[in-house]
Amino acid sequence: MDSVAQRLSAVGASAALELRGVTRLFGALAALTDVTITVRPGERRAVLGSNGAGKTTLFNCITGDFPPSSGTIRFFGEDVTHFPPYERIRRGLRRTYQISALFPGLTVQDNVYLACRGVSRGRFSFLRPGQNDALMHAADNLVQAVHLSAVKDQRVAELAHGQQRQLEIALALAGAPRFVLFDEPAAGLSPTERQELIEILTSLPAHIGYIIIEHDMDVALRVVESVTMMHNGRVFKEGLPEEIQSDPEVQELYLGGGHE
Amino acid sequence: MSLAHDARIAVRPAAGAQRPARTWPEVNNPAAWVVAAVLLIMPLIANGFFLIEIFATTLILGTMALSLMFLAGYGGTVSLMQLTIAGFSAYMVAVFGVSGNANISLGWPWWLAVPMALALATAFGTLGGALAVRTEGIYTIMITLAIGAAFYYFTNQNWAIFNGHTGINNVATPHFWGVNWRADIPFYYVVLATAALCYFAVEYLSRAPFGLALQGVRDNPRRMAALGFNVNAHRVAAYAFASFVAALAGVLQVWNYRQISPGSVSVGACIDVLIIAVVGGITRPIGPFIGALIFVLLRTFALDFLVRLGLDGNRFRLLIGLGFLAIVFWSSDGVIGLWQRWRQHQRRDVSRSGGGHRHG
Repeated sequence: MDSVAQRLSAVGASAALELRGVTRLFGALAALTDVTITVRPGERRAVLGSNGAGKTTLFNCITGDFPPSSGTIRFFGEDVTHFPPYERIRRGLRRTYQISALFPGLTVQDNVYLACRGVSRGRFSFLRPGQNDALMHAADNLVQAVHLSAVKDQRVAELAHGQQRQLEIALALAGAPRFVLFDEPAAGLSPTERQELIEILTSLPAHIGYIIIEHDMDVALRVVESVTMMHNGRVFKEGLPEEIQSDPEVQELYLGGGHE
Repeated sequence: MSLAHDARIAVRPAAGAQRPARTWPEVNNPAAWVVAAVLLIMPLIANGFFLIEIFATTLILGTMALSLMFLAGYGGTVSLMQLTIAGFSAYMVAVFGVSGNANISLGWPWWLAVPMALALATAFGTLGGALAVRTEGIYTIMITLAIGAAFYYFTNQNWAIFNGHTGINNVATPHFWGVNWRADIPFYYVVLATAALCYFAVEYLSRAPFGLALQGVRDNPRRMAALGFNVNAHRVAAYAFASFVAALAGVLQVWNYRQISPGSVSVGACIDVLIIAVVGGITRPIGPFIGALIFVLLRTFALDFLVRLGLDGNRFRLLIGLGFLAIVFWSSDGVIGLWQRWRQHQRRDVSRSGGGHRHG
């Protein structure tokens, strides 16, 4: 257990996520340069930027898939810069992937069950879950919440693209998430499915904050309260959605003037 | 239904959650009951030769291959050292127990020597696994093959413990309750019970959190880490379990032949285990046993068959090799894959003929 002082400082910290001077190099290429971002608990934020702006690398640094080359990352006050991904996840961080990262050989139910099991005890349990297994019911509820009950015993490899995207989100909401990183959750979804996605995002409990990478402005700006604009691996601008949308520099860079 | 409610994970039964009962998949399969019954009454049907040379040997090899099936089929890691772990366990039984080489064997009773052998072989396999999990794919195969090769040459050259290329002979087998457990019929039942225990353990584990997580690691290790799993720890634990299964088979192996020598842990024998598992099929635990039966039948009878054709009897490996090629060419999931496809085909034919005009 941490010392009392450490715990008090953790309680006192107000940021859900605090990045300071995060830089990530791939060889000589700087994918992220000196990124400093602070996100409040419960805050919903969009990260915008053209391809190669460093958005997904930012997510990979936060989750620890690729640790940053320099800089620090604090999650609810705790320095997680050098934690392996699973330690961050167990502390309430979650993420989804731009290209669905599911378990195609397992059923929908088992995919969600694994997500629930990953953030609780008994990951190595040799005992099969019984009929009244709490996590099995949690998985049932989550499957229902993303409208996949009808296909829950099907193998994920057999699902349609939209269903896989929904499952992708379900996996990120297992257990007790405190902060979620959504990486282009609307990619490849139909207009109806986009509407459902917006409903899911806006109906998340208020204490769950998130960062969403989304190219579709209609989705992104309806589900966030703040926007970070990235360019060439740096934070280019931060502000309210309206400010960013009407900012002439941003329009020139990214929106191309066509999205008034 | 809103997610606001569910993200907090209310722990209550979902309405109308009619999940199919997670019981043994074979319980409702009459063929499985027939196989179980035949295996149980085998001593009434088969003579000593068939009982030991064919069926007990099949079950022992099948159990070794089962340990590989667990790692490869569920974990997605191909380990070529499963036979080496079994061989290590066999050597330890001979070294700690009673054998004809009194200067080497410590002379412990079997009930001390066997747990010791199991523990050491499991530790050996777990250590090897801890090395191997740092790599992926072909490098895992290379590391485990290197461990197998190193052990083979080590046993050949070490005289103090492994008695060099002669190995350890006249290994004592258990006698208690007035039964000679190496006599054909009791030994067959010991082997059958051990193999069945391992088979059902693997089958059971495949639906338990540990086994499910292992299949998750197979499908997408990076996502497993992003769900809170320590992927490497899971892989090492899988090696530990598979090593224990292989070690059990190794104990049976040394009791079966009453001797152990480097020839039993050669690189060729390591690869035989891979062939057995792949030919049978690594998607289900029954596969390795089917593969082992085919392997043992070929090894035993191909010799006579080839001699009758006027060929060299030692060419039985040619038949196994051709069979292996044919299997991997036509069915990537082995004989059980062929069987499953044939069954599906049959069912489709039945539904077509029974379905009247529906299919036009």
